Amino acid sequence: MNTPIGFGTAALYALSLVFYVAYLYANKPRIGRIATACLAGGILLNFFNMVERARLVQSVPYQDLYGSMSLFAWLLGLTYLGLEVFHRQRSVGPFVLPFILVLFLVAEMGPSMPSSPPPARGSLFALHVTLNILAYSAFAISFVLNVIFLIQNHVLRERRPGATFWRYPSLETLERMSRSSVLVGIIALGIGIVFGFVWVHRIRGQIWEADAKEIASLLIWTIYCVYWWLSQTTAWRGARASYLSVLNFLVVLFSYTIVNIYLSNYHRYF
Amino acid sequence: MMSQKNSRRELVLVGLSHRTAPVELREQVAFDGARTEQLSRKLQANQMVAEIVVLSTCNRSELYAVQSAACPANTGALESSFAASHGMLPASLNGYLYRQNDGDVVRHLFRVVASLDSQFLGEAEIQGQVRDAYLRAVAIGVTGPVLNRLFQAALEVGKRVRAETGISARPVSVAFAGVKLGERIFGNFMGHCALVVGAGAVAEQVVQHLRERGVSRLLVSSRTREHAEKLSQRFGGEIVPWESLSSVLATPDVIVCSAASSERVFSRGMLAQAMAVRSNRPLFLIDLAVPRNIEPSASELYNVYLYDIEDLEEIVEENRKARAMEVPRVEEIIAQHVSKFEAWQAATELAATWAGLSQAEKVKLIEARAEQIHPVSLENRQRWIQQTSALLEAERDVDRSDASGRPGRMRSSMRALRILFGYGEERS
Repeated sequence: MNTPIGFGTAALYALSLVFYVAYLYANKPRIGRIATACLAGGILLNFFNMVERARLVQSVPYQDLYGSMSLFAWLLGLTYLGLEVFHRQRSVGPFVLPFILVLFLVAEMGPSMPSSPPPARGSLFALHVTLNILAYSAFAISFVLNVIFLIQNHVLRERRPGATFWRYPSLETLERMSRSSVLVGIIALGIGIVFGFVWVHRIRGQIWEADAKEIASLLIWTIYCVYWWLSQTTAWRGARASYLSVLNFLVVLFSYTIVNIYLSNYHRYF
Repeated sequence: MMSQKNSRRELVLVGLSHRTAPVELREQVAFDGARTEQLSRKLQANQMVAEIVVLSTCNRSELYAVQSAACPANTGALESSFAASHGMLPASLNGYLYRQNDGDVVRHLFRVVASLDSQFLGEAEIQGQVRDAYLRAVAIGVTGPVLNRLFQAALEVGKRVRAETGISARPVSVAFAGVKLGERIFGNFMGHCALVVGAGAVAEQVVQHLRERGVSRLLVSSRTREHAEKLSQRFGGEIVPWESLSSVLATPDVIVCSAASSERVFSRGMLAQAMAVRSNRPLFLIDLAVPRNIEPSASELYNVYLYDIEDLEEIVEENRKARAMEVPRVEEIIAQHVSKFEAWQAATELAATWAGLSQAEKVKLIEARAEQIHPVSLENRQRWIQQTSALLEAERDVDRSDASGRPGRMRSSMRALRILFGYGEERS
């Protein structure tokens, strides 16, 4: 942990995870409220941590992989908090928090030294990055919801409900939450990609460069559109659509890691 | 000498429950609204009790009372009135009635409201029944500070126990378990259709739960037309002729089967066909019949969730065990609230004792206290006595001016005790 703010953020996320898990087992509303409060505190500190990082590197906080991971953790937390408040459903927390915590810890462990920034300036670029990462966050939440769906579905079909089974959201609620989350992701990614094309056109004079990241992003957008359609209109609804969503997220992870690091020419960190 | 005015008003309980009396006797000694009012007013008018609440459910009939100053320690009279209000002799209740006093009464009521004394651990109805009994007593005007405090504390215990422990979390009846499982699939039943095939007590309970949870459409089918008509009239369903069952199979989201039939009513093939028509929308099947109405291999179909009676009974058994494991946590909450109530009781009794002291006795007490606080310096002791006396005088003036009667005097006494001994600061 590089700074006290970074340490505080990680501690609050970790505490939040502990309380969410305790809430799932103990079913005490007070514990649930503490978990949410810790998460809200973590999100707030994460924001200040990004500001601090930006000040240190004299650039946007996501100009390196670790900065973009910190932004990812922050947006994931924010999106989940919105979902929790909107659906009054805390039982998904124990599954989302590990992602937030790991992303933030990896981001914090990485070096945050000033590097020569790419020509990454301006609000268009900032929106391009933020919207794309928001989309990844929404897809990550959809992934978590679908994993819970698959577990819940398995338990229901095996007819062996355990202690926490009765506290998870229903299959229909999980499907609905996942679809809304994916819709947010599709819209954010769609707009983010368009902004990306406009921005690359400004600095390079052409829109399409057949960069691996461009191809991967368009592929992700397409496969999530397919999921969104299949999950509500055809015989795929239910577990099959959930498996598809899980596979889709593996593509997102591939794009975020392998494509960023090894395949893309000018997308490095988001 | 200090005056020995008795401020102690004992809490008493007289009653019987499913633990001590058979159902036939419980039926005979149940209190309806009119009987409750009659007995409560009579006992209070005769100064046999100062406060009273009658709690009567299918499992218990209990009188919670605070003794009157005129008639202390008289559970015998209370028992006689209990029996007489049902036209019975007190002797006929011998061996069935239990009597408790003070702390035991508090603990008993808290256990009752927490469902620890119920037939089914974790049942929810008792909370509402205790609330109704208390509100009825308030409406009649037979409660006072002690029972108000006691019943409000009891309702708080019930609320906490259900919110903070898993005592009521998991269903423990077959019908309710079936409905709760359905909720794990659909969330709620609004906008969903249910089909009931055959008749039976458990199937009717399932339908009742589904109706209470807002199922939008109910289809009813039975081999015997009268059964179907009876069920449809009772729950407002549409009758489906037995022969047309397969043609409506694609419509319902929940199917409850309880038909006495030696052959399968629904084969896997029929259900597979129905699932194709309904584009794989989830289908929840509850098979309560023995022999089973639905081919068991139908559970392998995509988005079909099939539970038979054995599955549901196993789940219920698991849940009963899980509820029993929550009892220590419930007892912990009860113990916290018993201590809190007893502390309040002690504080109010002390305040009443102080209020009953003569002026000379109070002065004597202040002086004794001053000696404890300032054992050496006479000057400090005198100053402390003057300040304390002035404070108490001021409190008395405020008390006189607001003319609020007994509660006002009690407040003043509590303030006096706080000034003198720092007592009851957290509790009043």
